[in-house]
Amino acid sequence: MFGYTLRRIIYTLPVLLGVSVVCFALVHISPGDPLISILPADASIELQERMLVLYGFDRSYPEQFILWLGRALQGDLGTSIATGRPVTTEVMRAVANTLMLASVATVIGFVLGCFFGFVAGYFSNSPMDKAASAAAVFGVSVPHYWLGMVLVIIFSAQLGWLPASGAGPGGSSQWKFDMEHLSYMVLPAITMSVIPMGIIARTVRALVAEILAQEFVIGLRARGLSEFGVFVHVVKNAAPTALAVMGVQLGYLLGGSILIETVFSWPGTGMLLNSAIFQRDLPLLQGTILVLALFFVVLNLIVDVMQSALDPRIKR
Amino acid sequence: MTAPFLSIQNLGVTFTGGTRPVRAVNDVSLDVAEGEAVALIGESGSGKSVTMRAVMRLNPENRSKLEGKIMVGGRDVMGLNTRALSAFRGAEAAMIFQEPLLALDPVYTLGDQIVETIRRHEPISKEAARARALDLFDRVRIPSAKSRLDNYPHEMSGGMRQRAMIALALSCRPKLLLADEPTTALDATVQIQVLLLLRELQRDLGLSIIFVTHDIGAAVEVADRIAVMYAGQIVEQATARDLIRTPRHPYTLGLLKSRAHDAMVKGSKLDAIPGAPPDLANLPEGCPFAPRCFLADAGCRTGSIGIAQISEGHQARCRRLDQTALRDAG
Repeated sequence: MFGYTLRRIIYTLPVLLGVSVVCFALVHISPGDPLISILPADASIELQERMLVLYGFDRSYPEQFILWLGRALQGDLGTSIATGRPVTTEVMRAVANTLMLASVATVIGFVLGCFFGFVAGYFSNSPMDKAASAAAVFGVSVPHYWLGMVLVIIFSAQLGWLPASGAGPGGSSQWKFDMEHLSYMVLPAITMSVIPMGIIARTVRALVAEILAQEFVIGLRARGLSEFGVFVHVVKNAAPTALAVMGVQLGYLLGGSILIETVFSWPGTGMLLNSAIFQRDLPLLQGTILVLALFFVVLNLIVDVMQSALDPRIKR
Repeated sequence: MTAPFLSIQNLGVTFTGGTRPVRAVNDVSLDVAEGEAVALIGESGSGKSVTMRAVMRLNPENRSKLEGKIMVGGRDVMGLNTRALSAFRGAEAAMIFQEPLLALDPVYTLGDQIVETIRRHEPISKEAARARALDLFDRVRIPSAKSRLDNYPHEMSGGMRQRAMIALALSCRPKLLLADEPTTALDATVQIQVLLLLRELQRDLGLSIIFVTHDIGAAVEVADRIAVMYAGQIVEQATARDLIRTPRHPYTLGLLKSRAHDAMVKGSKLDAIPGAPPDLANLPEGCPFAPRCFLADAGCRTGSIGIAQISEGHQARCRRLDQTALRDAG
């Protein structure tokens, strides 16, 4: 177990290096001068050159990469061009907000998805399966920004039960786990949970149907296990794959929630990416993507290790 | 003779899940005395496994229909409620499967699976259950039993897995053991070891065994009596000795002739039964074997064929037994 974990950690190093190369290259492969957004349109040639030297863009690419990577390893991702604040601070605050939202959404999605999936798999081809599968297809295919807006119209505009947007009074820096602040999270979390719910439900349905068709289930019944006892075995057989899917979904939600965070003005990484793109704030964009990619790699690592703890056949 | 430990009377199993009902088992009656081993032989799809699973009511309840009567140790299995049924399974009757890799839960260690089964049926501590599991592993001769208990099924060889499966089946001291082709998935040398082990355990523990196989050699090795199945019916049953020496049903005759035994001369043709078994969703009228039978006449193709008693304990479901008797004499 320990050896496997260590080996998995070592395997991530080349992935991390690749990720950092891509992030670094982003600034140079994107069209236009990286400094174009901070220099006035009528900037003199001398000023341009001075800025070029100041940002280190006059050096060779490998040299720039090593300097950038060295600073990144020390937690310095540069300065946001738009706000003038350190990128690390900006990104970390956004990551904390998104992590909170995405975790809640993933938990909701996982619980509902497993419930629908188990019901559909256990009673496959019954009306209950049809209903649960329909819910899963709805979850996967509904445009979530549309769903978000519809929820806002119903629960905020019409019924007035929940706030429509933002992260509560005082903005994201004043976040507290009280009813008032949590109420701001309800709508975006539900909207965000719909996709993982659908994907996990479909995965679990297929898994459960496949497990129930295996001979060992008859074997378990032949040993006199009750239906609940058999269910426990089915859960343990389904858990590794279901967890892997959940981990990947959490990874997607951490970075891929641009639309939902924008609809609900949730101050997370999605909104940060959105504004970084529109303001051509390259250091911020670079830093955000790097941090998100790191999260993805770490999540996959955690999922892999957890999987091997649950499924003995994965250990090699 | 005392009352049989297991008595199957007029068992019928019909699978209703598909577009047409499939009559997998049709009017099967079979008795197994206490401490007796009966082999059920026949080709694939002849209803051997379905009959066995019916004894523990393991066929999917919502997609199959059971008829007839099954008594185990004086208890009516058909009448058991869910709770009584799961108490019966594993404790009174246990099953060994053909492919232990598929029949054991892949994500639990063997020790855990045995402990779970014991504790399901008996109120004993984990330690006591584990100690019994260890005894069982020694009993089925698994080397270094103690560390093997912590193995997962995929970490063992085929023969070892089947031994572990036997240990699991015996964990709650059942009186009836249902072995569903226990040696088919094993290679030849291991097959013999497992057969000998089963035979020995049966004698030591006084088990009643139904042993499903399509290997006549294995059946003779283990069984006191042999029943031959064809298209969901038992076509002939007798003591192992009688069945091999004086087979009477044309199907049994064909089956024995189609064996590649050691007396076969190189270059000579292997006798095979012509044709293929009937579609169980569309059984012909009369004897299901009639279309392939060298003795069949018009009378074999109508009505239903009754069971004829040939001698004490030897019976066959055929109306042309006079002809097969003549062949034997000649």
